[in-house]
Amino acid sequence: MLQHLFGFKGGVKPQTNKAPSVQQPIGQAPLPARLYVPLHQSIGGSPNPLVEAGEQILKGQLIGGADGWMSAAVHAPTSGTVLAIEKHVAAHPSGLPTLTVVIAPDGRDEWITRTPLDYRSLAPERVREALRDAGVVGLGGAVFPSHAKLTAASSVAVEQLVINGAECEPFMTCDDLLMRERAEEIVRGSAIFRELLAARRVLIGIEDNKPEAVAAMQAAVQRLGEDHEVVAVPTRYPAGGAKQLIRVLTGKEVPASKRSTDLGVQCFNVATAYTAYRALAYGEPVISRIVTLTGNVLQPRNWEVRLGTPLRDLVALGQPKADTNKYLMGGPMMGFEIPDLAAPVIKATNCVIAGSPTLFPPSPPEMPCIRCGACAEVCPHELQPFELYWFARARNFGKTQEYHLFDCIECGCCSYVCPSHIPLVQYFRFAKSEIWSREREKQAAEAAKARFELRNARAEREQAEKAERLARAAAARSSERKPASAAASPPVAVAESGVASAVASEPAIASPPIDADALKKATIVAAMERARAQRAAVQPRNTEQLTFQQQREIAAIEARRANLQAESSPDEVNRPQRAAE
Amino acid sequence: MISTLVIMALGALVLGAALGYASIKFKVEGDPLVEKIEAILPQTQCGQCGYPGCKPYAAAISAGEADINLCPPGGMDGVRKLADLLGREVKPLEVEEKPKQVAIIDETTCIGCTLCIQACPVDAIVGAAKQMHTIIEPLCTGCELCIKPCPVECIHMQPITENLDNWKWKYPVIEIKRAA
Ligand code: SF4
Ligand code: SF4
Ligand code: SF4
Ligand code: SF4
Repeated sequence: MLQHLFGFKGGVKPQTNKAPSVQQPIGQAPLPARLYVPLHQSIGGSPNPLVEAGEQILKGQLIGGADGWMSAAVHAPTSGTVLAIEKHVAAHPSGLPTLTVVIAPDGRDEWITRTPLDYRSLAPERVREALRDAGVVGLGGAVFPSHAKLTAASSVAVEQLVINGAECEPFMTCDDLLMRERAEEIVRGSAIFRELLAARRVLIGIEDNKPEAVAAMQAAVQRLGEDHEVVAVPTRYPAGGAKQLIRVLTGKEVPASKRSTDLGVQCFNVATAYTAYRALAYGEPVISRIVTLTGNVLQPRNWEVRLGTPLRDLVALGQPKADTNKYLMGGPMMGFEIPDLAAPVIKATNCVIAGSPTLFPPSPPEMPCIRCGACAEVCPHELQPFELYWFARARNFGKTQEYHLFDCIECGCCSYVCPSHIPLVQYFRFAKSEIWSREREKQAAEAAKARFELRNARAEREQAEKAERLARAAAARSSERKPASAAASPPVAVAESGVASAVASEPAIASPPIDADALKKATIVAAMERARAQRAAVQPRNTEQLTFQQQREIAAIEARRANLQAESSPDEVNRPQRAAE
Repeated sequence: MISTLVIMALGALVLGAALGYASIKFKVEGDPLVEKIEAILPQTQCGQCGYPGCKPYAAAISAGEADINLCPPGGMDGVRKLADLLGREVKPLEVEEKPKQVAIIDETTCIGCTLCIQACPVDAIVGAAKQMHTIIEPLCTGCELCIKPCPVECIHMQPITENLDNWKWKYPVIEIKRAA
């Protein structure tokens, strides 16, 4: 089994610092006092909460239903009571709040009935749905819903399925330990992915600084009689980037504008394969993940942590040293500083690093770029970071896009080598989010313009219609007046002659108008009756595809309206009910 | 000598005819400059520039009647883009730049007069006569045109706060430390 390896350009070799956290096996993190499970934990639509405050829930119960196809469900990590569904600080560099289900565990940790799926006999479509409803997302950190990646492009057959166990970020060892301890499940999960994609080969790429993991995976592959190829790839950051690993294992280069399936290759993280297998074969949704807790702590180790565990509870397990001054989520190259330890562990939390001034010395002041080109040499995507930096700094976003800003994977190699200590990646992130926000604004402006034009057109049309109506009415009146003038004169005279005579003349001439009035009333009543029947028959329903946010808003408005109506006229409220009866 | 002149005259004629033909054949509908300017304006349709909407303002700019620094919702960013497009000088805004905001109707006070619906240029308000009205927040451009017509003063503006959907990475700031 000789695998020819390809290289990728650039890359760096930072100190790996992986040894401290692999000394102990994966530990089970204890149940915290409160769990804060954010609803939005994956790329795509935000799941809608399916539970209410005060509800008793079981471990593994669905608490957030996937919102559409590009979304993934969220489940209760343990049994207990839902305390609230409220805004809680997110595990996000901004520290802004996000809608979160707060759970008080009851300590019993009682499962829902788990039903294993016979995924071999199911249609692939059903399996994908099952994965979505089990909340399986890319656990490498990108949290892209996995089921959405499991559809092969219609034009190109999937040649290779790449299982990513490279784990190139320094400090991080969660995938390493998972491969050492739970290799069989990973291999079985990969086999499921392979079947769904009808992939010809399965390549499991692992950096060669993890010989134990390579050995464990090879043994598992042999035990299960699969023909997956376990390949040790040279250790060089960022070999674990999906595009880099694909390049190394298959020699295929995926451009930014294309998906990897278009080139007949797809890539999944080992932990994703593991959770997919647990979800299908055991009916266990994704409610926990392995998190590396390392850095400036006395007890570096990997923990299996329930999603929603506050980071404060997690870092306490490692006993941070006294001079710890910050915490990073993700690795030191691509991670971010956690603004608030009240934020919970989410599906994207692969590593938490305690930092100290000695471990991560504050970066020296930024100096001018000397155009040494070191950044361009290490960029794995062959970009020119110094040019990008120049334009991003000057807020010349059009130019940054010309220099392929969106090909940048924010790997941080360029900042790592820059002798002028320029925080290049920060500039790129800034430029990217600025471009996105402008794009959003532009779309909003275009939509506003379209609505404005529609409205003007409508106003014009209405005015024209009104003018036409008036003209018609005037024409009708003038044509009526001539023949009617003779007959109409007596009543006019009567009306003018005084009330008494009008009353006197009433029985004589008023009987036909009364009939006409009654007739008109009857028709109106009939029309209203018809309208009501129609309303009852076809309830206008444009409220089915609403997001949770919108439903909430409607509910709040309805409640306010009910209050208002109850205040103003109590009988008003009853009327619609009566009509419905 | 004469033949040269004839050739030149012929060439001029042919080219002139070609140009004339092209100008008719490839005639651009509308004024492309106005469209380009309009694409830069924020389409808030608020009239704060003194024109009844973004398009009239764009037309006035292109005709050279209006300055490029009159649109407050567009902000300095908009002025800069306009200056770029037109080769004019960047000028500070006439009035102060405001943070982005949306209108909110206090539904307990709303009497359902529909006056705000008629005022909203972008159809961001829903309601019916004698019914409570409400503003569709994502559609509101924050133009403030609905504030004045409301007879019971139940509409107010609220700045849009930062949330996870509109959050942006900040421009890297370098701490300035005092030299020891
Ligand atoms: S490494 Fe730094 S100094 Fe050198 S060219 Fe790149 S940005 Fe400039
Ligand atoms: S962060 Fe972007 S520009 Fe810098 S080395 Fe990585 S891919 Fe290249
Ligand atoms: S001020 Fe700006 S947004 Fe308002 S109407 Fe004028 S151009 Fe449009
Ligand atoms: S709701 Fe008011 S502020 Fe918002 S766009 Fe309409 S008129 Fe302007």
